[in-house]
Amino acid sequence: MSSKYLIFLGCAIPYRVASYEISARKVLAKLGVELVEMPEFNCCGLPLDPVSHETMLILAARNLALAEQTGLNILTLCPGCAGTLKKVNKILKEDKALREQINGHLKESGLEFKGTVETKHIVQVLTEDVGLEKIKEAVVNPLTMLKVAEHVGCHLLRPRDIIGFDEPEDPQTLKKLIEATGATCLDYVDETECCGAPSVGVSDKVALQLARDKFNHVKAVEAQALITICPFCHIMFDTNELRIERMFSETYGIPVLHYPQLLGLAMGMTPEELAFNELRVDTSKMLQVLKGVN
Amino acid sequence: MTETSTSRKPIKASEIDPKFKYELSRMPGGEKLLRCFQCGTCTSDCPVARFSDAYRPRRIIRMAQLGLKERVLNSETLWLCAACFTCTDRCPQGVEVASVIRVLRNLAAEKGIVPQVFKDQAACILDSGYAYKIPELRIKKRVTLGLPPLPTSNPESICKALKGVKFIETTGKEGEKSEQ
Repeated sequence: MSSKYLIFLGCAIPYRVASYEISARKVLAKLGVELVEMPEFNCCGLPLDPVSHETMLILAARNLALAEQTGLNILTLCPGCAGTLKKVNKILKEDKALREQINGHLKESGLEFKGTVETKHIVQVLTEDVGLEKIKEAVVNPLTMLKVAEHVGCHLLRPRDIIGFDEPEDPQTLKKLIEATGATCLDYVDETECCGAPSVGVSDKVALQLARDKFNHVKAVEAQALITICPFCHIMFDTNELRIERMFSETYGIPVLHYPQLLGLAMGMTPEELAFNELRVDTSKMLQVLKGVN
Repeated sequence: MTETSTSRKPIKASEIDPKFKYELSRMPGGEKLLRCFQCGTCTSDCPVARFSDAYRPRRIIRMAQLGLKERVLNSETLWLCAACFTCTDRCPQGVEVASVIRVLRNLAAEKGIVPQVFKDQAACILDSGYAYKIPELRIKKRVTLGLPPLPTSNPESICKALKGVKFIETTGKEGEKSEQ
């Protein structure tokens, strides 16, 4: 298995989720996954799919064509980017007429989609390339005192026929990755439900209620942290937790961590190295729980 | 766009476009529209429907099948779908509900019926290549955070690639490139 990937950052991460990128890069480097920067990229296309499927296809194909020139497969941190690049790669490989139409749009820029690179999300790379055994070996500081909840999000799982990863109704991959750190991963109601982020800007009310529902379910099982693997889910929970608490007179106090932050702690990195200072929700109580064992 | 536009007002024969469902069936994502037998799995499993009084995917599909073209395309509830694809995965008829809704949104957007947030993102992509206007300060801050420089984008080449796309030629240029 190749452990050298082009990293596709997408837009949300450089815009406002540096903590995810910092922690992911550190953890991947230590696990022997080499990252090469994209020479150039643009939005994956997903945000404009609702308004123009053709625009989405062109933007995604443009990224894939740029990646093809390097001969390396793509790793993304965002499941939305991963899902889009996978989907468009599949559609354009199977549909010659559409491929020719889209390539017509790219021609003037000297680009051509050929369908020669694959895209994987970081969770997939950690599971399939690195492997749980190697991750467990890298754990020097097992987080055995910690009980957390996972939030896989939608686009790493659905639509099932396109993504073809894990079992969308009862996903296990992230759970196993969490358990590899020594932490307990709790089951809770509606684990695979949407965070609400896609509704922001269209109906903030619906979006915040969806996130509140999630917090209520996570609180019910007394999780000490919520673990995400998507920049949008993370923004939805971490950035809005205090707002939701105020709005609905709730108390959560649940830190929202990117999975690489959790793994990084278990691999002996410090909260500072893993950009905990970039998080909105206070993590000190959770870190105290961990100190109790170490 | 009004939320009441999907409410149960009487249907007049004059507002029915009998060919609409076939038009949708020929578009990528809309192929399986006619398979829907209105079981309601989509609505009962929809997380958005739980918190919205108006958003009902089953109703949107029925309106499309009936040919209530103007009513469905002008409905603001169309934009509430979070694209979580739960309906698509669970539909016993394999309708790909979320994709049918996307096809309807695409048609609405071509007529200029589209929430501002999408216009802004389109404008941003045409201007910078990214879906958000990433502040210069944040790009510079990457160095102090120990991150490699942000790869460049090529807006000129992107604009060339998107030339001739209907949405981009019309609505896509109306957005604001302001920092959100």
